[in-house]
Amino acid sequence: MRIIAIALNTFRETIRDRILYLLLFFAAATIIFSRFLALITVGDRVKIIKDVGLASISLFGALMAIVIGTQLVYKEIDKKTIFALLSKPIHRYQFLLGKFLGLALTLLILLLLMSLIFLVLVFLHTSQIDWNLLKAIYLIFLELLLITSVAILFSCFSTPILSSIFSLSFYLVGHLSWGLETLIQKIEAGPQRVLAQVLYLLIPDLENFNIKTEVVHNLPLSSQFFFFSTLYGVFYTLFVLTIAFLIFRKRDFI
Amino acid sequence: MAAVLKIEDLHKSFKTGFLLRKKKILKGISLTVEEGEIYGYLGPNGAGKTTTLKCILGLLFPEKGKIELFGLPHHSPRAKERIGFLPENPYFYEHLTASEFLKFYGELSLKKRKELTSRVKELLHLVGLEEWANLPLRKFSRGMLQRIGFAQALFNEPSLVLLDEPLGGLDPLGRKEMRDIIVRLKKEGKTVFLSSHILQDIEMICDRVAIVVNGQIINQGTLHDLISEKILFTEIILSGLTAKELEGFGERFSFLGEKTLLKVFEEEKIEKIMNLVQKRKGKIHSLIPRTQTLEDLFIGMVQKG
Repeated sequence: MRIIAIALNTFRETIRDRILYLLLFFAAATIIFSRFLALITVGDRVKIIKDVGLASISLFGALMAIVIGTQLVYKEIDKKTIFALLSKPIHRYQFLLGKFLGLALTLLILLLLMSLIFLVLVFLHTSQIDWNLLKAIYLIFLELLLITSVAILFSCFSTPILSSIFSLSFYLVGHLSWGLETLIQKIEAGPQRVLAQVLYLLIPDLENFNIKTEVVHNLPLSSQFFFFSTLYGVFYTLFVLTIAFLIFRKRDFI
Repeated sequence: MAAVLKIEDLHKSFKTGFLLRKKKILKGISLTVEEGEIYGYLGPNGAGKTTTLKCILGLLFPEKGKIELFGLPHHSPRAKERIGFLPENPYFYEHLTASEFLKFYGELSLKKRKELTSRVKELLHLVGLEEWANLPLRKFSRGMLQRIGFAQALFNEPSLVLLDEPLGGLDPLGRKEMRDIIVRLKKEGKTVFLSSHILQDIEMICDRVAIVVNGQIINQGTLHDLISEKILFTEIILSGLTAKELEGFGERFSFLGEKTLLKVFEEEKIEKIMNLVQKRKGKIHSLIPRTQTLEDLFIGMVQKG
């Protein structure tokens, strides 16, 4: 009940944030812009629309999660609203979880809005609904949840600007870490390989949530991959939220 | 009477500066607040009043010491269910309207959802903000924020209300209204812990006070015990006598036109002055014996502390 109250208040707070609408506008503009890109493309135009559309949803979704997520907890501490809030009979973990769920709800609604624009655009070209696109959007949502938890983690002890830089780095590193996986296969067995493997385990692999290529080019997708990606997303998010809670639990609010 | 709040040997320090040096803020605070009283926590700025309150509420973790609310550990949700808190300079969510705000805080403190709407109306009426129920908090004035802050602190009908500088920044009428509400809380059987540096407020409404200076309580007790009722001096405003004639009677403070303000410390001199005024056909405009005030006590203590 208390977590829901905090989540709904966070939802109200974030949905009334004007910067969100600016990002939503740019996301919609980029998705629609893919239609013009398709016009100057040689080959399958629908593939361009799908590719650019999914990339825009992923990128702007991540930006929304980072911009809003990094402010959530920090703002409460900076504006001292947390004083009256934590004087109520709530646990600190309930506060953090409420914040996370509130932003997750906002992101879900924004993701649905962006997806609607995107799916209508694709439907206008193909006159059919491509269900695989929904699978890609589902994985993007899992990725956004993970990024939100990371943004909240940084927001617990750092300013929004620094937290945004950290979270953005997490996003970029996460999408480039697959290179490390390729490297591991090429390194000879030995300590250097173990080191690379440990590093790969520590660094997130956000490519687990990226099936744009498979969806756009109609390549086969295994249900095993879906299952693994879902588990990976859920556990990584819970892991990051746990660290955030451990930091937040013993924090003094001066 | 049972102790509602009990603090024993509370210590807290903060790390400050580049080298993270420890600065002691609280140096062994001990106090007990009994049921049904208004307890004034008095001290100059930076004495550690807000830090003590934050320790009570679990916003800060003390290094040493024990805090109990209703005989329970202070951070237990069961204890927190029975308290209400108004922070200093209330900061609340600007994106919410007054009624949305109260409803949200109500959801955090009340168990029964059914009671929410009626309680919101009741509280808005109590603090005189019914008209502004649908106005966003960002458009509220300082005084209005203080009132809505008061309303949220009372949502769960708390047994103990903790108020941090509740009358700061309010106009005289607003302060009177707030004082009335605090006194009404006492009449309803609630206990009030009030931190302030405005002596007048404490003097008017508090049953007991503690004076805190530099993180230590240097005196506490009932106002009656702390303030001596002995006449300290008598203030006489008179006219018709020259400065020379008044020499040796006491301190002359100012001249208000023809009038002179005289501070007389010895009682026997008062009669002599009155005789002199009669002889010189002068006039006594006022004669006020002054007993010790909380302000005198406070200034004396802070200077000593």
